[in-house]
Amino acid sequence: MTALMHTWFMTVRHLRALMRQPWWIAISLVQPITYLLLYGQVFSRIVELPGFHAPNYVTYVTPGIVIMMALFGGGWNGMGIIAEIDRGVMDRFLVAPVSRAAIIAGRLVQMSIITVVQAAMMLGLGWVLGARFEGGFTGLAVLMLCAVLVALPFGALSNAMALVIRRQESVIGASNFILLPMTFLSPVFMAPALMPRWVQRVSLVNPVAWSVETARSALSAHADWRLIGTRLVWLAALGLASAWLAARAFRSYQKSI
Amino acid sequence: MKELAIEARDLVKTYPGNVRALDELSFAVAGGTIFGLLGPNGAGKSTTVKVLNTLTRPDSGVARVGGLDVIRQPDAVRHAIGSVAQRSGVDVNASGRENLTLQGRFHGLGGAELKTRVASLLDRFLLTPAADREARTYSGGMQRKLDVAMGLMHRPRVLFLDEPTTGLDPEARSDLWKEITRLAHDDGITVLLTTHYLEEADRLAHRLAIVDRGRVVAEGTPDALKGELSGDAVQIELSETPGDSAVAALLSSVRTVHDVTVTGSTVRARADHGGSAVPAMITALEAGGARVSSVRVTRPSLDDVYLRHTGRTFNEADQA
Repeated sequence: MTALMHTWFMTVRHLRALMRQPWWIAISLVQPITYLLLYGQVFSRIVELPGFHAPNYVTYVTPGIVIMMALFGGGWNGMGIIAEIDRGVMDRFLVAPVSRAAIIAGRLVQMSIITVVQAAMMLGLGWVLGARFEGGFTGLAVLMLCAVLVALPFGALSNAMALVIRRQESVIGASNFILLPMTFLSPVFMAPALMPRWVQRVSLVNPVAWSVETARSALSAHADWRLIGTRLVWLAALGLASAWLAARAFRSYQKSI
Repeated sequence: MKELAIEARDLVKTYPGNVRALDELSFAVAGGTIFGLLGPNGAGKSTTVKVLNTLTRPDSGVARVGGLDVIRQPDAVRHAIGSVAQRSGVDVNASGRENLTLQGRFHGLGGAELKTRVASLLDRFLLTPAADREARTYSGGMQRKLDVAMGLMHRPRVLFLDEPTTGLDPEARSDLWKEITRLAHDDGITVLLTTHYLEEADRLAHRLAIVDRGRVVAEGTPDALKGELSGDAVQIELSETPGDSAVAALLSSVRTVHDVTVTGSTVRARADHGGSAVPAMITALEAGGARVSSVRVTRPSLDDVYLRHTGRTFNEADQA
């Protein structure tokens, strides 16, 4: 109960800070918008290959870019916690009776809200560029859920890493080293059937792939609800495991100060 | 002696690289008093505070705050204490009012009670005009006041102030000194203050411990610590003198004075309590035909005390 209340207080704190600099959301959309415009144009004829099952490439790639954007949003989330450690805010919370879990959870809830807002904006842009989804409102809701569920575990891990390493450079390095390969080892840009064998195999254990496939299935005319259900459960389980790790990371942090 | 508010016994804390930050450090603080931990940078003051306020755990040793064990009951300790770290803990992206309100919520305050408490602290620390501005626009002194106000939000019994005036300008520093004195005198809060300013420890602390290399090397009231030295230096200038040996003979009748040296018109001596020795010295000198033109008594400073207990002057140690 306390943990839930504290999570809410923390979420409000982060959202308030965000409302004071709303342009930050726009800046964070520059990269996904660039991908959507450039990939959407350069690879527009790729859908003529068999395996894409999409009326045009923008329709195919928009959900992928939404997931990629959520993944990066999560991966970078630990930067904020390092800033709070450097500013002494973290230590003030730790010497007050603040729920440790809420310190992480508050950040993740705020991140989830931002992810949904960003996803809506990207979908709007995709629609303008010609993306059309037959899955309707339910499909869009599942896409949002997938985006949040891929952002959560990587957000939690990024926070855990930030607490243990406590250097922005390390978080930047690790994020770049992990996130971009994970994006390309999944069907974000390319139909699974057209990917090399080994990439297909890797993508079986890649949460980014789980999330993109789930979203695409829900957005298509013939949603595979069994696939959607199982993948969502896997993603949620991964999220819980990561959150547990992040909460443990406080011990390592407090031992080192 | 009142009930002990803070008790640290044989605290040991080692950091990676075999840095022994605390080396069997012990001290005790009576309730409602201001206790100073004085020492140069790196002496172990901040580490001591971090152990006592539950931020970190000692390798060994026992510590109690308000009767609560900091290792076994950290959460209860956190409810009982306020803590102001050396670095500001203000969230600069939030306003002063928001910072205080959030702190209050974590301590279980809410509703009208929370609002009144926030308003009264803003008033007390003269922050009301800036209450709804983002804290990033505050001066260093204002941020520090907000830090202290946040530490007091839930009316703690024990308040930790780690180097509270470091980096403040003289005016802000003297404001904060007044406020700290008020905390102990009017509110009955026990204050543990760390500082590397000798003057600050001397002015504020009822008792203090001098910390060097993770150990307490001396403990007592500032006056008692200084009183351990062989006494005050007294320097008397004479406008008329009956001669060096005559002057020395005159002063030998004053029993509290020793180490008298006379060179022409200048008399130097040491006295256990300079202030009370001076009238007797003047009477003796004037009765013997000397005329006193000026007197100067210098108290031994904490710097002298530090030198005596560590073999280094404070400034040397601080810059090491």
